[in-house]
Amino acid sequence: MSGIRTISFDGVIVGGGGAGMRAALQLAQSGYKTAVISKVFPTRSHTVSAQGGITCAIASADPNDDWRWHMYDTVKGSDYIGDQDAIEYMCSVGPEAVFELEHMGLPFSRTEEGRIYQRPFGGQSKGPDNPTQAARTCAAADRTGHALLHTLYQGNMKNNTVFFNEWYATDIVKNQDGAVVGVIAICLETGETVYVKSKATVFATGGAGRIYASTTNAHINTGDGIGMALRAGFPVQDIEMWQFHPTGIHGAGTLVTEGCRGEGGYLINKDGERFMERYAPNAKDLAGRDVVARSMVLEIIEGRGCGPEGDHVYLKLDHLGEEVLESRLPGICELSRTFAHADPVKEPIPVVPTCHYMMGGIPTNVHGQALTVDADGNDQIIPGLYACGEVACVSVHGANRLGGNSLLDLVVFGRASGLYIESALRDGIEMRDASDSDIEQGMARLQKLNESSGGESVADLRKELQNTMQNHFGVFRNGEFMREGIKKLDDLRGRIENASLADKSMAFNTARIEALELHNLFEVAEATAITAEARDESRGAHAREDFQERDDENWLCHSMYYPGDKRVGKRAVNFEPKTVDTFQPKVRTY
Amino acid sequence: MLQVSIYRYNPETDSEPSMQDFQVDTGGKDLMVLDVLELIKTQDTTVGYRRSCREGVCGSDGLNMNGKNGLACITPLSEAVKDNKLVIRPLPGLPVIRDLVVDMSMFYAQYEKVQPYLQNDTPAPAIERLQSPEDREKLDGLYECILCACCSTACPSFWWNPDRFIGPSGLLQAYRFLADSRDTATDERLAKLDDPFSVFRCHGIQNCVNVCPKGLNPTRAIGHIRNMLLSRAT
Amino acid sequence: MVRSVTSFGRSGLSDWLVQRVSGVILLAYFLYIGAALIGGVDYLAWREMFASTGMRVFTLLALLSLAAHAWIGMWAVSTDYMTERLMGPKGNVLRIAFQIACSLVIFVYVIWGIQILWG
Repeated sequence: MSGIRTISFDGVIVGGGGAGMRAALQLAQSGYKTAVISKVFPTRSHTVSAQGGITCAIASADPNDDWRWHMYDTVKGSDYIGDQDAIEYMCSVGPEAVFELEHMGLPFSRTEEGRIYQRPFGGQSKGPDNPTQAARTCAAADRTGHALLHTLYQGNMKNNTVFFNEWYATDIVKNQDGAVVGVIAICLETGETVYVKSKATVFATGGAGRIYASTTNAHINTGDGIGMALRAGFPVQDIEMWQFHPTGIHGAGTLVTEGCRGEGGYLINKDGERFMERYAPNAKDLAGRDVVARSMVLEIIEGRGCGPEGDHVYLKLDHLGEEVLESRLPGICELSRTFAHADPVKEPIPVVPTCHYMMGGIPTNVHGQALTVDADGNDQIIPGLYACGEVACVSVHGANRLGGNSLLDLVVFGRASGLYIESALRDGIEMRDASDSDIEQGMARLQKLNESSGGESVADLRKELQNTMQNHFGVFRNGEFMREGIKKLDDLRGRIENASLADKSMAFNTARIEALELHNLFEVAEATAITAEARDESRGAHAREDFQERDDENWLCHSMYYPGDKRVGKRAVNFEPKTVDTFQPKVRTY
Repeated sequence: MLQVSIYRYNPETDSEPSMQDFQVDTGGKDLMVLDVLELIKTQDTTVGYRRSCREGVCGSDGLNMNGKNGLACITPLSEAVKDNKLVIRPLPGLPVIRDLVVDMSMFYAQYEKVQPYLQNDTPAPAIERLQSPEDREKLDGLYECILCACCSTACPSFWWNPDRFIGPSGLLQAYRFLADSRDTATDERLAKLDDPFSVFRCHGIQNCVNVCPKGLNPTRAIGHIRNMLLSRAT
Repeated sequence: MVRSVTSFGRSGLSDWLVQRVSGVILLAYFLYIGAALIGGVDYLAWREMFASTGMRVFTLLALLSLAAHAWIGMWAVSTDYMTERLMGPKGNVLRIAFQIACSLVIFVYVIWGIQILWG
C-alpha cells in the first residue's frame, strides 16, 4: 500500500504562471474539474517579472501589419530550427489570444485611437523583403507580465478554478502502460504528501534559469518540470539553447527590458561608442538577443568594458527624457535606482548579458501533447502528459527567442493545450489506474530524501553547480572546456543525490523543497551540458569558439536528449506551415 | 558583523514563538534584507520564509523589518538597520504558519470579495475594447499592486477586523475596477461596499501609504470609493 | 457586504456622513459657546442667552449630534476590540452589554438635556 491520499481531477496543471493559468482558464470554462498546483501563490510566478510586452500582429501601430511578417521574424530569430507549423499557429492565433486578454481586463497602454500600444522590439521587421523596424510588441507600460499574470489569476477566480497554492509537485506517476496519470505533490503548509490523479497532466512549470550563477530568473525557476520528465525517462529537446539577455543589471542580475532599446535607448562601451552599429549596421541595438549579447561580451573581452573591472557596458536612456522614462518605463527606473544605484533619467545603467530563458524543453506538438521519438525516428505522443510555456519546446523559439514572444507563446499554447484537453475529455480518455507500486515509484525520490542522513549542504552544492554552468556553458562555449564542465557535473551528481536534509519537519519546510529543487536543477544542467557539447556548430544562442559556423548540413534539426543512456539524438524541424510558403534557411544578419 | 534577530516558531516543536539571534557577515556591503536571510539560511536551514522574484514585483517576501513592513528583497540594510541591529518579524496581524511565513488566506479572501475581475455585459468586439489614454491613465497607481499585504497588515483597522474590513489592498483593487472605463458593474460593485465595515473602517491612518513598497496610495483610492458612494446615494 | 443591525444608520455611508455632519455642528456649537465664554458672561447673560428659542434649538441640535456622534464612535470601538475573534464568545456578550450601556447613557443625557433646556 502506498498509504497516501488520492485527489482526482479531469485536468491537473502543474505551475501557476501565465501558461498554466491560461490552460486552467480554458479547462475551467469548459466545466471540467480542473486544478492548478503551484509552489507559490500564482501571482508570485515568474511571468510577473516579464516587462516589455507581448509581441503580436494586432495591427495597432501599423494598420497594415501582418502576422506572416511576425512569423518570418520568429523563424529567422530561431536561426531556422523553430518549427514552422508551430510558429505559424502562434503568430496567426496570437491576435485572438491577445484580444481575449484585453477583454478579460488586462490594462494595456493605449494609443491616441484607444487601441493597444505597441512598441518596437528586437528582431522585428516588415517581412522578408522589408527590414524596416516594426513596432509589434503590445505593452502595459513595462509591467506587461505583471498585468497579464494578475489578469489571468483574476479570470481563473471568476471561473472557479481550484488552486492548490503552495503545493509542490515532486514526481510523475506513470501507469503500467507508461502513460502519465498524475503527480505526487506535497502541501507545504502541512507537509502532507498526496497523489494527484488526473486524466490530463499539464506541465507549465516554467524555466530553470537558476542553473546559472547569474540570471534574471526568480529563485523559484528550478526546472521542476524538466527534472520530473527526465526522471520519468522522457527526452527533452534543444535544451542546450539558453538565452542570455543582453541587459541584466550588472551585479544584481535583474532584468532591464529590451523595451528600453525599443523606446530609443542604446548600449555604449567605455569610450561612449554606440558599438552595436558595428555589429548590426541595420537593426543596431534591436538585433536578435543572441547577436547583441555576443557583441557585448566581445566588447568586454576586447577591453572596452565599463567600470573599474571593465566587466560590463552601459545602457543609455537619459536622452529619452524624464517624461518618456516615467510614463513608458517606470518599473525600469525603479529597478535601476534600487539595484544599480543609477537614475536612468540622469545616468546610464550598467548591464551585462545574463541568463534569461530556456528555449528548449519538453517537446510537444501544437496541442501541447508531450512527445518522444521511437526507435524508427517517429514522433510518439506520451499519453496523459502535456506541456506549455517555457518548460515546453513546441518549438517556436528554436535557437533564439525574440523578445515579447515568450508571453505570446504561453498564452497561445496554454490556451491550445486547454482547448485540446477539453475536446479529448469530451471524447473520453481511458487510462489504466496507477497501481500502488506505480505510486510508490513516484514517491521513491521523496522517500529517499526524507530518510536520508548526512550529506553536503544544499546551498553549497547549488552554488557549485551554478558556478560550473556559468563558467563552462556561458555565452561562448568551447568543446574542451565543456568536457571539463561535464566531468565536474559527473562528480556533482552523486553528491547532489545525497545532499543533506537535516530538517525533517512537516510544516512549511522550505529546506525540503530546496533539496528537491536542487535535484531538478541538476537534471537540467546535465542535459544542457551534454547536449551543448554534442552540437558542434554555432546557431542562435549556442555559440561555439571551436565551431564558429552554422552547420545546416548536420544540425538544421532539433537536438534530443535521452536521459536513460544520456544520449543525444536528432529530430527533424518542421518546414511545412499550412497556409504560407516555407521560409528557407538563409544567412542570418541584422 | 550584523546582528540579526529573527522570529522563530515551528508549530511541531514550539509551544510559543521566540526570537533567535544570528551574526551575519555582510562583507561591508549594503545588501538587501533578503540577501541577509539567504546568508542566514546557509547557517541554519530551518529558517522559513517566502521569496521568489527577488526584485520587488512578485510580492512574496513582505516582512516586518525593524518595525516597518516592506519587501525584504528591495529593502537595503542602509534603510532598515538601526545601531547595527536588524529585527525581522512576520507581517503583523495574520496567523503565523512557521517562522516568517504567515497564513494569508484572510487577506486573499478580502481580495476575492471585491470581485477583482473586469465585468462587462456588452458583447466583446472582434478586436480590443477601445480605451482612451486618459481613461487608461486612471488605472495607474492601482493596477500595479503586487498583493504583498504590507499595507493591510500595517493597518490597525485590518488587525481588528480582517474578516469584515476589506483592507487597503483589496480596496485599491476594488477601485481599480471601479475606475476602469471598460467595466460596467459599477453600481453592483458600489452596492456591495456600502456597509459600516467593508470600506468605512478606514480611518485615514495612512500606514498603508507609508509602507507600500510600490509607492501606491490606497487611502486616496478609498477616498475615491467614498466619493462614488456619496454621489450615488445623495 | 457585511450585515450589521446595531450600527447607527445600517449603512456605512450614512454613518460616515452623520459622523462628519454632527462633527461640524458640534464644532460650530462649541466655537459659539467658546466665543461667548471668552467674551465674558455672568449668570444673567448666560440665562438670557439660553432663554432664546434659537439657542435652545441650536443646543438641542448639538445634543442630538453629540448623541449620534458618540453612538457611532463607541459602536466602532466596541466592534473593533470586543469581538468574538479577539475574545471568544464572551466578546459578543461584552460587546452587547457595552452597547446597551452606551445607548442608555446617551439616552439619559439626551432626556436630561431636554429637561434642562425646556424644564
